[in-house]
Amino acid sequence: MNATEHAAAHTALAPAERALDLIGSDLTETTLRLHLEGLSGVDAAGLEQRAAGLATRSIKTTSKALALDTIIRLIDLTTLEGADTPGKVHSLVAKAMNPDATDATVPRVAAVCVYGDMVPYAVEALGAAGTESQRHEGIQVAAVATAFPSGRASLAVKLADTSEAVAAGADEIDMVIDRGAFLSGRYGLVFEQIVAVKEACRRPDGSYAHLKVILETGELATYDNVRRASWLAILAGADFIKTSTGKVSPAATLPVTLLMLEVVRDWHRLTGERIGVKPAGGIRSSKDAIRYLVTVAETVGEEWLKPELFRFGASSLLNDVLLQRQKLTTGRYSGADYVTMD
Amino acid sequence: MGFLEYAPSPESTAILHLKKSYGLFIDGEFRKGHGKAFVTISPSTEERIADIANASEADVDAAVKAARRAYERTWSKLSGADRGKYLFRIARLVQERARELAVAESLDNGKPIKESRDVDVPLVAAWFFYYAGWADKLDYAGLGPAPASLGVAAQVIPWNFPLLMLAWKIAPALAAGNTVVIKPAETTPLSALIFAEILQQAELPPGVVNIITGAGDTGSALVNHPDVNKVAFTGSTEVGRLIAKSTAGSGKKLTLELGGKAANIVFDDAPIEEAIEGIVNGIFFNQGHVCCAGSRLLVQENVHDEVVDRLKTRLSTLRLGDPLDKNTDIGAINSRAQLDRIRELSDIGESEGADRWTAECVIPDKGFWFAPTIFTNVEASHRIAREEIFGPVLSVLTFRTPAEAVAKANNTPYGLSAGIWTDKGSKILAVADQLRAGVVWANTFNRFDPSSPFGGYKESGYGREGGRHGLAAYLQSSGWGAKR
Repeated sequence: MNATEHAAAHTALAPAERALDLIGSDLTETTLRLHLEGLSGVDAAGLEQRAAGLATRSIKTTSKALALDTIIRLIDLTTLEGADTPGKVHSLVAKAMNPDATDATVPRVAAVCVYGDMVPYAVEALGAAGTESQRHEGIQVAAVATAFPSGRASLAVKLADTSEAVAAGADEIDMVIDRGAFLSGRYGLVFEQIVAVKEACRRPDGSYAHLKVILETGELATYDNVRRASWLAILAGADFIKTSTGKVSPAATLPVTLLMLEVVRDWHRLTGERIGVKPAGGIRSSKDAIRYLVTVAETVGEEWLKPELFRFGASSLLNDVLLQRQKLTTGRYSGADYVTMD
Repeated sequence: MGFLEYAPSPESTAILHLKKSYGLFIDGEFRKGHGKAFVTISPSTEERIADIANASEADVDAAVKAARRAYERTWSKLSGADRGKYLFRIARLVQERARELAVAESLDNGKPIKESRDVDVPLVAAWFFYYAGWADKLDYAGLGPAPASLGVAAQVIPWNFPLLMLAWKIAPALAAGNTVVIKPAETTPLSALIFAEILQQAELPPGVVNIITGAGDTGSALVNHPDVNKVAFTGSTEVGRLIAKSTAGSGKKLTLELGGKAANIVFDDAPIEEAIEGIVNGIFFNQGHVCCAGSRLLVQENVHDEVVDRLKTRLSTLRLGDPLDKNTDIGAINSRAQLDRIRELSDIGESEGADRWTAECVIPDKGFWFAPTIFTNVEASHRIAREEIFGPVLSVLTFRTPAEAVAKANNTPYGLSAGIWTDKGSKILAVADQLRAGVVWANTFNRFDPSSPFGGYKESGYGREGGRHGLAAYLQSSGWGAKR
């Protein structure tokens, strides 16, 4: 370590409240590192075995009906394509508000999730459907930001990306962490960026857009890294920790989500504070999504099964849930043409 | 309704084709027993399942004679490859009838269907497949060229893994060229009798496997029969001791797999979350009716409170109830007698001064049930720290250093299994090396594989089952210096 690095290691980090409470007033790269490296290790075989065990739960009849509606309420209906247009976002919003045109009892999804420049169109589409207050009781607008999905941009660009989306009316910001910095051990840098993005979520009236921090677990590669990154994100102020961008494989897996839920449960034991979890990418079937519900309920408890604390980041999941829901109601399977594409 | 109140999801019993009464399976067919028939019940409902024949001394003799005949006329004359064909056939039939066997096992034994479906029955098939492969390769078992079979094997098995223990006994015996008379436990004969039907389906030559039902006196008549060459017993140390005495000097080869009081050692650098799962799996798997259960938790003192706290939280999510429900984690205790013993030892634990904690769960009105229970502040001198409870009861003790952990783990008359939880590979090897236990699991517990030998030190018995080692129990070594 040269003199500059030595000084950097002992320079105070941004005073995020949670980190100060837990680590103490001497919050530096060094103390943060000691804290993260002191976390208990994860045994990969054991974690995967536990997840596989949870996946064998058999959810039938009334429980299945409850599960399907719960899944719909927890979906962040997502479109994150280079080809996205105002028209595409409009139809996404329409689908979010009225998922099954044939059945008015179907609940609404939690949010729509779009790129930052699409926020005005999403807000507009939702606004057209109701007044401002109704909108906020209903479907949220989430925007991915901070040079999503790679996060390879200067902090200034990331902050501008964030504040623009917030200004355009985003209720939630899905940011990505700097995986390069994390993997090279610069935990302080990752931490400071999250703190800064959180500040950029502040609206003129002093309220904040909700911050989801995407760890991109597929790039962090080890479960030990996922546990550390989860703690780091929470310490820096995350409202939600999210597995993936959906642009990297593997995206969300059940073991990774279980691990993040364990962190969230431990945080709650320690502080009484509840943090949300969002698996995203790769969850396409109702059967799969039900396994996530089981994992949430048996790890952190049922109280997490609400949009404030758990979300699915998904696009094709919704239609599979609707088909399953139709099957439960009518006793027959219909087909892909009996639900709307978007 | 909350999401966690999962709607019932019972496995259907429609797949079973049970008879009202079952005879003894001797010489390839079912015949009447001459003892007083008894009833096998479901421990979760106390309802009668079927009447079961009771083998008298004369029946035992008939079974041994059938086995002797089959050995001399047929089985010992077959090539290893041909014996292997029968074993492969049995393995495949077990797979084909897996669901039926799992349902029968959960019904008769009380274990959760998820265990009989995902653990017991798949392992049964795996055991037959594994030893089928050995049947024509005995020259390479490390026992010298062309090791000889022993003759007739008398086998007595327990009620905790009825069909799996049957497979552990029958598969290596047949692969090695022996014939078998086996007695399943009095409370759990059902799956063995369905297995007898599988043997008929497989067209196994009559007399190669004989399945006789009955209680302790039937078992005693079997192991003491003068014409058996081999005795294999899995069960209590008490009975094992009697068998060792009665077979001494008889020339019968003996293997015993007896009780245990395994230490599950959790170091402060363990992957804590997975260690909790391992503790749960170690003692609450199969209601703790496991001879190698991790019934003594040795936890490093500086993480004791955290481990116990997390353990209690986890235990509160376990589901006790109908063994046939696919979401059941904890099934029924196998018998009233066993329930009484678990209650008695737990009460003794309390009166000796240990702190008892029991997970809150609704106990069904009928049947035999015991909620998952932990004792903390247990001293090494307490009876619950020394005696095998054979139920869902965990005793928690502490240690300060690795040396103390090893000393406490070994300080038991038993030595069947042990567990080590730490993130440090070097510590696993160092500690495992010093533990006097037949199986040592590292960062896991209660995992079985047919290629891995299993057996005990000291009062946990002798001889090994499973793997290449398991063949030695059923073969006469032909190597240099071997008794010819």
